[in-house]
Amino acid sequence: MTNTNFLIIGGGPAGLMAALSSSEFGLDPLIIDENQTIGGQLIKQTHMFFGSKAERAGTRGFEIGMELEQEIGKRNIKIERQASAVGYYPDGTLAVLQNEKVTPLKPKAVLVATGASENFVSFPGSDLPGVYGAGAVQTLMNVYGIKPGRSVLMVGSGNIGLIVSYQLMQAGVQVKAIIEGLPKIGGYLVHASKIARAGVPILTRHTILKALGGDQVSGAVISKIDDKWQTIEGTQQTLEVDTICLAVGLSPLTEILWQAGCQMNYIPELGGQVAWHDDLMMTTMPGIFTAGDVTGIEEASTAMLEGELAGLGAVKFLKGDSKALQSRINDTACRLAALRAGPFGQKAREGKCKLAECRR
Amino acid sequence: MRIGKHPILDFKKGTKIEFFFEGQPVEGFLGEPIAAALHAAGIKVLRHSVKLDRPRGFFCAVGKCSSCLMEVDGVPNVFSCITPIRPGMQVRRQKGRGRIAVN
Amino acid sequence: MLSDKLTSCGIADHSDIPASWPSEERLKKGPVVVVECFQEIPCNPCETSCPRQAIVVGENINDLPKVDHAKCNGCTICVSRCPGLAIFVIDVNYSETESLVTMPYEFLPLPEKGDTVSALDRAGKECCRAKVVKVVNTKAQGKTPLVTLTIPRGMEKSIRFFKLIP
Repeated sequence: MTNTNFLIIGGGPAGLMAALSSSEFGLDPLIIDENQTIGGQLIKQTHMFFGSKAERAGTRGFEIGMELEQEIGKRNIKIERQASAVGYYPDGTLAVLQNEKVTPLKPKAVLVATGASENFVSFPGSDLPGVYGAGAVQTLMNVYGIKPGRSVLMVGSGNIGLIVSYQLMQAGVQVKAIIEGLPKIGGYLVHASKIARAGVPILTRHTILKALGGDQVSGAVISKIDDKWQTIEGTQQTLEVDTICLAVGLSPLTEILWQAGCQMNYIPELGGQVAWHDDLMMTTMPGIFTAGDVTGIEEASTAMLEGELAGLGAVKFLKGDSKALQSRINDTACRLAALRAGPFGQKAREGKCKLAECRR
Repeated sequence: MRIGKHPILDFKKGTKIEFFFEGQPVEGFLGEPIAAALHAAGIKVLRHSVKLDRPRGFFCAVGKCSSCLMEVDGVPNVFSCITPIRPGMQVRRQKGRGRIAVN
Repeated sequence: MLSDKLTSCGIADHSDIPASWPSEERLKKGPVVVVECFQEIPCNPCETSCPRQAIVVGENINDLPKVDHAKCNGCTICVSRCPGLAIFVIDVNYSETESLVTMPYEFLPLPEKGDTVSALDRAGKECCRAKVVKVVNTKAQGKTPLVTLTIPRGMEKSIRFFKLIP
């Protein structure tokens, strides 16, 4: 593993875009990624992406991943696969674990684009085999071509819950219902409508009471809830399912940022603890950048633009400013603002505003 | 249960190989993680928990949650959801914290 | 204002539809697009894919698409480009008693021309039998094939999906 001026931790949408934008301005970045394949969660997204043409809207997520990998290849950007950043030391050394061997790297700039992990929700039987994170099911189906089971209860109606339900149906798995505690569907209504018209009920104001089964899931008991989230007697029903998918949100994977001593703030709108960052995604530690879900749970399209900005930020940090760089930064920032401009971007806008005000 | 034809995806599978689960041969494709190949063979219980001996399975698929820890070639605490299968690999359900083989 | 049925069940209601519906006059002229995109999300491939500029989202990509039904000729390009699969093409001039509805269908097996299928409404309820008159699945559809069904006249506003009859 060769040393680098600009180390990118995480080869998902944010990391790949940072590699491309920084390479365009003359940096020679190194991407490290835990997985065998780069692209992060893009590789299992079979739906067409939203956004505008500049964000490759209308192209399916896994194809965007392939396009980015090709562009990375054309630019000869170095990638180390199955390599994990396992520690950040006070002198700026990053320990990278690969093939059971640790390599110390000392880059001048680092981008932490580590993404997020799925949230869990507890209920009796929630530890049984057959209860999965929705993203895990997506990996199993769309990367390895394996069905999680025959019939599914989906918990959560955000975009992940809706998209994975649709993908389960495409894989030939029966989705019995999608349940949601809130009174309204959380994700895009167009996603909900394409599931509803295939006859799958979306039950808002419903919760799961327990998973049934001895060795593995054989059913689920769900119930209606009132506006205080209390179960309403007499509304319980048992669904015969062998799979329960949890799509109850994501949490940023921030370990490296904490170790590096970045200022962290709890911003619920962004999904939990995130690192403070400036307009170019630089944290309170000079030279340490962050982008994508690790700095606030959003969409892959916003992660890509944050990554692009962070790459440009690293260029400015390492090589100084220029007119061309500034104009590129303005363009990217404008597109990012446009993606967040609608009602669905409100939570992220509020979260980022709150975060900006937290600078100590 | 493997997906046959898919409306969007073409699955490129690696070479078919054989590994062992609890001593019994199981087929899988190169490149597949252990937990995925076991799933395809209908095996969902991957270990038993430390305190209550509860069955545990595949959960996060990204090597973070520890639900899928198994003993692989005598080594305990292997993340079976991200560790690829190899021909002849010996995979066992882990009990509690697992055992280390001593020669 | 979106209906409760749409926001809580994902099923567009009578009150949601008028915004997307072409005039009777336009319907009589031939196939025309119905864009059932009722919520502001950042997205505009409908606009960029239309060769006749009949759909406009505009500068703010979160705005709802505005359709100029007079410019639309029902070509169906946008139907397989819409990431939300929310666009349909309606033709009320197929026969005295039947209309056509074209919809995206990303499932296997695909029906074949001449098959009889069970036509479903927005809630997935079986409404009637329908005949498949066209299946388009070339590279241009990008794995979002288009299926055209004949449906009884008067059901153009409700039929949005179908299932195969085993």
